[in-house]
This record gives sequence, C-alpha cells and structure tokens, in this order.
Amino acid sequence: MAVASSGTARVTLPTDEQILIMREFDAPKHLVYRAWTTPELVKRWWHANRGEMTVCEIDLRVGGAWRYVMVVDGGFEVAFHGEFREIVPNERLVSTEVYEGIPDAEELAALDILTLTEVNGRTTLTILVEHPTKEGRDAHISSGMEDGMQDAMDLLEQVAGSLR
Amino acid sequence: MARAATTADAFNAVAEPRRRQILDVLADGERPVNDLVQALGLAQPQVSKHLRVLREVGAVDVRDDGRRRVYRLNGHALKPIHDWVKGYERSWSERFDQLDIVLAELNQKEEGNGSGE
Repeated sequence: MAVASSGTARVTLPTDEQILIMREFDAPKHLVYRAWTTPELVKRWWHANRGEMTVCEIDLRVGGAWRYVMVVDGGFEVAFHGEFREIVPNERLVSTEVYEGIPDAEELAALDILTLTEVNGRTTLTILVEHPTKEGRDAHISSGMEDGMQDAMDLLEQVAGSLR
Repeated sequence: MARAATTADAFNAVAEPRRRQILDVLADGERPVNDLVQALGLAQPQVSKHLRVLREVGAVDVRDDGRRRVYRLNGHALKPIHDWVKGYERSWSERFDQLDIVLAELNQKEEGNGSGE
C-alpha cells in the first residue's frame, strides 16, 4: 500500500484473554520508540483528543514504573500504571498495565507487549495485551466503547450548541 | 464444564472455542454437517449442539440439500461483536493519529539535523 497517511488501527482478539492492536507509521522505529517512551512526547498523543494528560511518568528501566493520568473532557479522571518487565530499545517493550479505577486492580493487571518492526523507513507497531481473564479483557474493550460514547456525546453537544 | 443455559446473544455464541472454530470453517463457504464433524474432530451430536446455539443467534443459516443439511455463515448476526471492538479500535486510531503528528515533527527534526551535518 503506497499511502502517505498511515490509516486506522486494526484491533483483533486472537484468544479470549488477548487484544492485538496493529498500526503502521510513516517513521523509523527509533522515532516511534522515542515518541512512545518520552513523557513530553507521550503527553502530546496519548490523550487521543479526549482530554488532557495531567501525569505522565516513565522510569524506563526493567523494574521501573510508569503512570499515566488523564482528565477526560467532562471532568472525570482515569489513571493507569505499571512496571517495565523487558526493554529492547527501539524494538520491544514489555510492561504490566493496571487500570486504577477497578477493585483488585493489581491482581487484574494486563501484560502489554509492544513490538516495533521497520521496513523501508516505515514502522509496524503491534501491542499484544494479555489479560489474566476473559472478563478483564472484555472490560478493557468495553472501556473503549465508553470512549466511543464520549465521542457521541461531544458531537451531540456540538450539534445542540449550534441550535441555540 | 456444565452446560449453562445459552442466552440468545452473539457474544455468548462465540464465547465457546469450538463454535468459533465452526465459524472459521464456514467463513470459507457453506459446508454440510459431516464436513464440520470431520474438521472439528468431535462426535456429531456435539457438533449439532454447537450448531444449534449458532443458529439460535442467527450466526449460521441452514438449508436442506437433498438428504444433507448444509450450513453457512451469516456475518450480519456477528455485527454486535464487530461494533463492540470498533469502539475500542476507534479510540486507538485517534491516539495514533496524534502520534502521527508527533512523528512527523521528529522526522523533520532528524532530517534537518542530517542535512546540517
């Protein structure tokens, strides 16, 4: 595919406990890795236009912690944290991911495996998210649904505003 | 595992690995029951049970072809699952769109440095 724009993410569910996210970027892998692991840069994209990142801490070493907090438009706060388990600079990053908003969050931590592969200056990024249970996996995906709902609400608000 | 009552919804229907396997086989085209029995390596009554669940939610359709019963996939019934994943996919897509902007900038800086050296 000879397209300049990189297109949409592809999400598949390889097993009952997994989520696989894939996307191609028009940049070499060391830059994708930098954008992924540098707090000032992460703050610029992780919000997905849904709010503002108020905390972005990344202690990039095995055993080091990361924590992201975002205030979603509309006021509520979502927070995630985890620990780095494996680091191969520019290629592979394995970390745990805990969503702080649920009871027993630590036990329900997911494992995120980020892989970057470069061909001709373009990088394919994959994230394999492994949850300990199917329920956890499903809840994770449903949280994306809420995002979708949030979009719909925003749109509705705009439309309503234009009617005034 | 004890067989719980199956509610008529697509999520429940595909929660069973064997039923997903049936859908995978049918994704290549319609097949008679015997083919499915062979493909899955299960006894016919078990396969029939799974097919019944899939039929209840409309995930497969069946027609009679002489003495054979032939099953085919009905993707439309699986749309709720597709939609469910789509919401999640969209939030990542938007996140990655932002990342594109950051990367374009990093690319530019790097090229700038390269030509300056």
